[in-house]
Amino acid sequence: MKILVAVKRVVDFNVAIRVKPDGSGVDIGNAKMSLNPFDEIGVEEAVRLKEAGKATEVVVVSVGPAQVQETLRTALAMGADRAILVKHEDYVEPLGVAKVLKEVVTAEKPDIVILGKQAIDDDCNQTGQMLAALLGWPQGTFASKIDLEDSSLTVVREADGGLQTVRLSMPTIVTTDLRLNEPRYASLPNIMKAKKKPCAEMTPADYGVDVKPRLNLIKTEEPLRRQAGVKVSSVSELVVKLKETGAIR
Amino acid sequence: MTVLLIAEHDNESLKEATHKALSAAAKLGGDIHVLVAGYRATAAAGHAAKLTGVTRVLHIDVAELERPLAEPMAANIVALAADYDHIVAPATNNGKNYMPRVAAMLDVMQVSEVSDVKAADTFVRLIYAGYAVQTVQATDAKKVITVGIASFPPARETGNAVVERKEAVADPGLSSYVGETISRSDLPELTSAKVVISGGRGMQSGDNFKMLEAVARKLNAAVGASRAAVDAGFVPNDYQVGQTGKVVAPDLYIAVGISGAIQHLAGMKDSKIIAAINNDQDAPIFQVADFGLVADLFEALPELEKAL
Ligand SMILES: Cc1cc2nc3c(=O)[nH]c(=O)nc-3n(C[C@H](O)[C@H](O)[C@H](O)COP(=O)(O)OP(=O)(O)OC[C@H]3O[C@@H](n4cnc5c(N)ncnc54)[C@H](O)[C@@H]3O)c2cc1C
Ligand SMILES: Nc1ncnc2c1ncn2[C@@H]1O[C@H](COP(=O)(O)O)[C@@H](O)[C@H]1O
Repeated sequence: MKILVAVKRVVDFNVAIRVKPDGSGVDIGNAKMSLNPFDEIGVEEAVRLKEAGKATEVVVVSVGPAQVQETLRTALAMGADRAILVKHEDYVEPLGVAKVLKEVVTAEKPDIVILGKQAIDDDCNQTGQMLAALLGWPQGTFASKIDLEDSSLTVVREADGGLQTVRLSMPTIVTTDLRLNEPRYASLPNIMKAKKKPCAEMTPADYGVDVKPRLNLIKTEEPLRRQAGVKVSSVSELVVKLKETGAIR
Repeated sequence: MTVLLIAEHDNESLKEATHKALSAAAKLGGDIHVLVAGYRATAAAGHAAKLTGVTRVLHIDVAELERPLAEPMAANIVALAADYDHIVAPATNNGKNYMPRVAAMLDVMQVSEVSDVKAADTFVRLIYAGYAVQTVQATDAKKVITVGIASFPPARETGNAVVERKEAVADPGLSSYVGETISRSDLPELTSAKVVISGGRGMQSGDNFKMLEAVARKLNAAVGASRAAVDAGFVPNDYQVGQTGKVVAPDLYIAVGISGAIQHLAGMKDSKIIAAINNDQDAPIFQVADFGLVADLFEALPELEKAL
């Protein structure tokens, strides 16, 4: 049983990013970069399956610039066995990433591919579903629990009205939600060990995939900022104010 | 130009998310058809026929579609796609599940959770938890779009469209429904309520959420939560408001014991009025609140309930 985990390098969730004054994009400058939190959960889940003796190998893959190496090393330090970096300097849209991943899947033949529900930079929430479509595989999206049986995977999904359980044939795609697990911190010895783990380098062209964007970026702007209002001194004053605005009767 | 809008429904009636997505679809220009794919969903199809501006309802009725699992939903939508320039769905949990699958099957890059429609090919959406607003032009021949439902008003029901039955395509047979745990509540639904009151880590326990519910009942409000409150197990996952939860824009949002992290603000900062109760006067939530009360929530909530 082999598990492939797709991971993305993103601006850390704690960083307040700025919009470039010329509207051409966001200025991430020297911002702290991290493994996308949902992908950290994905790596953790895969490593746990391996530790439980249910999986034999965990491979991590990322599409992005050379610095993505660092992100892949984090995943290796958490316990993944080897990494594949598909190098591309510019932003690759989810459809392009899914096409690259499809080729990686064809070459690696994993039984399960785990992705994050959402990359916290582009907030697209698409790539896993797209990869499932391209492969003709089922998809267990927004997973908060997975159960591996011989020929199927049971996934508890975070849905709008609560939790939904589905059974999927294998091989399959899973996308992680926040409650799937709590990722570990990599220990120092494991960080050292990760430096020696193999990391292959490829390009989208090696896989014969065209990753040209399909969306033209017209402009990027600051959102409208809300102004701080007033402090009230008591509950009764709050109620009076809310009544004045008509928000409550 | 014709738009296919995928309805969100429970086989009996439409969810309001459909009405809101229709308002976005109407800004595209062109004819609008609505797909009601379900099981024993004649009532829902009849409901869709009443939507203002809809000229035709396509009704697919088959047992595998009793619940909108992504694999059969996408297969059925793609089978209809040839006749349409735009395929639109609300960015509900279901829409987020099946629409990217549709997009990839059509070799289209989806535009996710649009907050505005500028032209038939140009859309506005938020990135980085709402730190930035992007305007993008889709160059694919077909457009596949999910609609951020908090950004559009619900369309009305003054129409009388024809309902046409369509055959389902064969179920790809990749997935099956096992069961669900529905969080039941007699309070309004989070994304359609006019008033929302949310609790955070400051609530300390699930039991204490009863205090929020008591206030909610007085205000006919929905109850929401921060991620921290959901992670701690105080309330179910579907209460989560934020970047990676539900996005709401009610007339009034009351945040109780919530610090105001950007990921939470992403889900509520378009509310008309925001009120916050927090015992830390420097909590970031006060920077977006119209009315801030620095107080211990365990004193303020019972008082608030009494005052309403
Ligand atoms: C990938 C990712 C996705 C995320 N998505 C979301 C999301 O969708 N939604 C979301 O909400 N968060 C999300 N978060 C988490 C977010 O970053 C914050 O951690 C979270 O919103 C904090 O929740 P909180 O405000 O309840 O808790 P805290 O930040 O711990 O704040 C608790 C507040 O309660 C106040 N308080 C405590 N006791 C009292 C009292 N007795 N009376 C009054 N006030 C009191 C405190 O002063 C404090 O301000 C996400 C994070 C990541 C990394
Ligand atoms: N460039 C990338 N390289 C590897 N995986 C990615 C990349 N972009 C997105 N993904 C995966 O797809 C998930 C969803 O991303 P998105 O569809 O962009 O929100 C992420 O959590 C990752 O698991």
